[in-house]
Amino acid sequence: MNKYVTVQITQKGAVPSEPVEQGKRCPSCGIPLTQEVLEESLFVCPGCEHHLPLDAPGRIHALADPGSWREVAADLRPEDPLSFWDVRPYSERLEEAQADTGLSEAFLAGTCRINGLPAALGVMDFRFLGGSMGSVVGERFHQLVLAAVEDHRALVVVTSSGGARMQEGILSLMQMPKTVVALDLLAEEGLPFVSVLAHPTTGGVLASFATLADVIMAEPGALLCFAGPRVIEQTTREKLPEGFGRAEANLENGQLDMVVHRRDIKERVVETLRLLEGGVICRLEEPVREDEEVLPWGSGAFAQAFARAKELAVASRSWLLGRDT
Amino acid sequence: MRERQPSAAVWKVVERARHPQRPQTLDYIEHIFPDFQELRGDRVSADDPAIVGGMGSLAGRSVMLIGQQKGHDLKQRQRHNFGMARPEGYRKAQRLARLAEKFHMPVISFVDTPGAFPGADAEEGGQAGTIARTLQVFSGLTVPTLSAILGEGGSGGAVALALTDRVYMLENSIYSVITPEGCAAILWRDSAEAASAADALRVTAQDLLALGVIDEIIPEPRKGAHKAHRATAKKLARALEAGLLELEELSPSERRRLRREKYLEMGRLAS
Repeated sequence: MNKYVTVQITQKGAVPSEPVEQGKRCPSCGIPLTQEVLEESLFVCPGCEHHLPLDAPGRIHALADPGSWREVAADLRPEDPLSFWDVRPYSERLEEAQADTGLSEAFLAGTCRINGLPAALGVMDFRFLGGSMGSVVGERFHQLVLAAVEDHRALVVVTSSGGARMQEGILSLMQMPKTVVALDLLAEEGLPFVSVLAHPTTGGVLASFATLADVIMAEPGALLCFAGPRVIEQTTREKLPEGFGRAEANLENGQLDMVVHRRDIKERVVETLRLLEGGVICRLEEPVREDEEVLPWGSGAFAQAFARAKELAVASRSWLLGRDT
Repeated sequence: MRERQPSAAVWKVVERARHPQRPQTLDYIEHIFPDFQELRGDRVSADDPAIVGGMGSLAGRSVMLIGQQKGHDLKQRQRHNFGMARPEGYRKAQRLARLAEKFHMPVISFVDTPGAFPGADAEEGGQAGTIARTLQVFSGLTVPTLSAILGEGGSGGAVALALTDRVYMLENSIYSVITPEGCAAILWRDSAEAASAADALRVTAQDLLALGVIDEIIPEPRKGAHKAHRATAKKLARALEAGLLELEELSPSERRRLRREKYLEMGRLAS
């Protein structure tokens, strides 16, 4: 059997894969934080609302309905295609990241339900080499899109990444076009994509699939930028203002739709998908699929109202065409 | 820990790729497309001189050219921002690519940049999202698309113009996920280790051909492209024409299907 954890979702709250260390304090306001408090609050400081990092298993726990998670492309493993060495070989860094996190890679993909809604869910884990995107991350993203297309699910991805993985060189850079092309397959099926940008999401992940979502949410305080404040200050000698590149600034600059507190993300994702789905009543030719076992994207609560809605839609088309049908 | 000496040959390629007298987008345009007509502006906010674009003829048909321009001397370099484009530059590229699609013109892009501009204004203007949307536009094209890495292919700012049916690299060009200096600063914590990083990252045309990322290497005259602009331009033109003829044999939907397949297969997994 495989040596990596299988994420079992059995209860509510966010249970991370490692225990919270004794004497942990909020890095922002300094109040003491216990495992119990953090699990209950989804790793948001109850004192100052600072959003602490939430690892991938904890994130799945917080979003997926209990018992609904089925991992996709779990067997994919990274390779060291360049035999990359810096001060240490890449293969050694990989083994260490796997041992430290209990994960095989920086991205977990799976199907699940979110408040009953069938979804294809992807989550990144910043602990695994900075959530960097190499070949496995790109391929799992691709497989996740295929899973969404196959049984008509909405795609939801939570990002947290420093960008492309340097140790896989140009092959990491090629995951940018790869993930973008994969999203074309999703768009052709008319399936929605909601991304949730968590701290930090930068570089090649932000500059590829993460910003191509139909609706983009971000957690409060998340650093979201292409180059990163240190590089910007070094290159341009500019002094950056407080809060530069954070989620709130990105919202003001028109780069995302909403900044959402972690405890509200599940509800906001579901509400967004529900409203997007409501648009199907205007689809003219194709009736929605009805399947009582799995409610696919495009049926849901609107299936019953569809017949009447279709009459309205056909009526409106005849008006558009300018003839009586 | 393994001790390794960085390859001097690799660093020589990096230096040639960045040589100030190396031919750039506007030099190739001058030699290959005498009827070039520049088109400017993103129709939103600005015209970015770091990316130049326009129409010209190649072997009897009109093509759309989009390329990064670094500039040769300090004055030009400042004007073109050292080839580091802002969101408006990538929006111009998107606009020209769409225009090409509308009029069934092949798109040829020339890549030569250390990277997208890492400035506060660029970030506030949505640099990351604009690069993503540029990739998306190139992914959706059905006209033949070809790109050539002329000198430096630096990271996301480079690949934004290079999601294409055919990708060429000049013999002494480099194409990399991060600049050697940036990689050295992060992994070695010492940007003086750039030569080691360049070696480890596998940035040369030979490396990229072996990794299946590019289709063809365009040889340069023996002393390097910087000593022979016209001769290098001739070789580039010949490669582009040959590629174009091949791509024109395919139907529009076939071109897009093959391009998709190519990119969806990118990467190496453990077997």
